[in-house]
Amino acid sequence: METIDLRKDSVRTLNSTLHGLPADTNKTAWTVTNPDGTHNIAVGLDAEIDVTVKGHSGYYSAGMNQKATVRFEGNVGVGVAENMMSGEVWVTGDASQSAGATAHGGLLVIEGNAAARCGISMKGVDIVVKGSVGHMAAFMGQAGNLVVCGDAGEAFGDSLYEAGLFVRGSVQDLGADCIEKEMRDEHKEILANLLERAGCTHDVSEFRRYGSARKLYNFKVDNASASA
Amino acid sequence: MTERDPKLRESALFNRTVISEIQRAAETGIYEIRGFGAKRAVPHFDDLLFLGASVSRYPLEGYRERCDTNVVLGSRFASKPLELDIPITIAGMSFGALSANAKEALGRGASEVGTSTTTGDGGMTPEERGHSKHLVYQYLPSRYGMNPNDLRKADAIEVVLGQGAKPGGGGMLMGQKISDRVAEMRTLPKGIDQRSACRHPDWTGPDDLTIKIQELREITNWEKPIYVKVGATRTYYDVALAVKAGADCIVVDGMQGGTAATQDVFIEHVGIPTLPAVRLAVEALKELDMHRKVQLIVAGGIRSGADVAKAMAMGADAVSIGTAALVALGDNSPEHEEGYQALGTSAGFYHDYQAGNDPAGISTQDPELAARLDPVLGGRRLANYLRVLTLEAQTLARACGKSHVHNLEPEDMVALTVEASAMSGVPLAGTSWVPGRGSY
Ligand SMILES: Cc1cc2nc3c(=O)[nH]c(=O)nc-3n(C[C@H](O)[C@H](O)[C@H](O)COP(=O)(O)O)c2cc1C
Repeated sequence: METIDLRKDSVRTLNSTLHGLPADTNKTAWTVTNPDGTHNIAVGLDAEIDVTVKGHSGYYSAGMNQKATVRFEGNVGVGVAENMMSGEVWVTGDASQSAGATAHGGLLVIEGNAAARCGISMKGVDIVVKGSVGHMAAFMGQAGNLVVCGDAGEAFGDSLYEAGLFVRGSVQDLGADCIEKEMRDEHKEILANLLERAGCTHDVSEFRRYGSARKLYNFKVDNASASA
Repeated sequence: MTERDPKLRESALFNRTVISEIQRAAETGIYEIRGFGAKRAVPHFDDLLFLGASVSRYPLEGYRERCDTNVVLGSRFASKPLELDIPITIAGMSFGALSANAKEALGRGASEVGTSTTTGDGGMTPEERGHSKHLVYQYLPSRYGMNPNDLRKADAIEVVLGQGAKPGGGGMLMGQKISDRVAEMRTLPKGIDQRSACRHPDWTGPDDLTIKIQELREITNWEKPIYVKVGATRTYYDVALAVKAGADCIVVDGMQGGTAATQDVFIEHVGIPTLPAVRLAVEALKELDMHRKVQLIVAGGIRSGADVAKAMAMGADAVSIGTAALVALGDNSPEHEEGYQALGTSAGFYHDYQAGNDPAGISTQDPELAARLDPVLGGRRLANYLRVLTLEAQTLARACGKSHVHNLEPEDMVALTVEASAMSGVPLAGTSWVPGRGSY
């Protein structure tokens, strides 16, 4: 186990050390101590390593992650795992807004709650929030799945494209073009798999599914004379 | 054409263009979406003139004496700044808006003369990377195709906050242009009228931007220059805040700037012209003692070497071109007149870059139309055009006695109109008067 103490070393040292690991490194287990809310911890990783951050982290924690598994033992700031491509990011506490923003792949698990815009513009990531999410979750979500075990705030799924949304608790209100949809077997399978990977024991039957009504996909153009 | 009966008097207020737009709106119920830039007249570089050398200054010889044009972009924090041979760069235009051939042609032309080209709201294509010696990768609100591997392949990163044609608006790409490849690169369903976000999804305000820039630097190991691009509006403050947030370069795009698809009402009615924007940007940089340390790239209506030289003289380090580069490739060429006529337009008027049926094969994803543009020939034309811009700018700089285009200064110019004088801060010709000097 390798350890980097952010009271002694800078975030630059941390990131450049992790970026510099060769693909076949045997130093695959890392611990980061005393993050003290530092921004940009473990961003741009691109190796199959495990990193555990012991404490609260700042903005863009594990941003653009590829392949690595990063575990934040505490709360995280804005944009955790933003634009993640692959790998896994776990947060044991709460996440600030825009968690998993624009992420293309991988799995993001938030054990606590996530604030506003969780999964904004998501492009293929799977996100499981064990608590609740704030307003505008999955805004313009393009692909991937967002699972909320608690409640969802206002304008849930606003301007949604093809992301799949699952909520166990209540939804304060649905955003533009987001509707409740039938939960078919294929959806139950996706959901069950995500719950299992995130270590949740809820039954899929407790969830409702939401998706895009696809009514905003094209501009509405009238042709007044033709229809007269 | 028959002469119009002089008794027919056209209303200045309700002219034929206005009337036709009211009729179009009534018929369709949707705002006009088009490409190109503003068509209205606004004070511009044409309203400035150079004072050539005279008794008090001596000029440099045309071809014999050196007049350098090289520029280094991103020397503030990046360990690998961009070193360009000419200060004229190709602006961000997306694959999606443009065909793969057009992107390749831009890369070829720019590389031939030692300058950079830029991706756009749709990610980086391998063709574009392969044919561009210096490639700037845009980081936009939509984050279409954004990924750390391409970020590391780029030579510079441009964080886009806005565009001159539509400050405050997001991108658009109409369904006709969302081909399989474009849809896949953007992770979107095929054929939708795609409207991209106008705000970044994971930061708001200058303090967050500071952290975002730091993240991008961390991911790319502090190698790449980071630009911030803004549409010209509150330019003085935007530039000051971008500098404070840690940008290496600032791109300011005036309201005339081109676009691939935007509401006409946006193109014509939002933002300030390039002329005042350059002045305000330079003022902000000087105020912070950052002029020439954080480089300023100016875009929006650059067409000639005169425009280039005048932007430089006002304090820009480089300029960037969009529309003019497309015209150099063959956009609006009489060669395609038949195609333009079939669409109810004519060479010189075509602006429907959003429609996807571009007779010149530039703003399209239709393979047959796209094949009309030979990327090698297009690249050669663009390189020729960039050489002419450079020669023209050098000619003007030498006439003012400058051995580098960056040595041009506002004192080398006068303004032709009161408006241009007020906006540029250059005195009205024959006077020492600058309206409004002392406050803005
Ligand atoms: C076809 C086309 C596509 C464009 N796409 C983008 C884009 O993806 N991102 C961006 O920041 N600006 C985009 N722009 C704006 C240009 O980067 C640039 O700011 C503008 O064209 C400069 O003005 P000019 O056309 O008068 O030279 C586009 C412009 C055109 C003409």
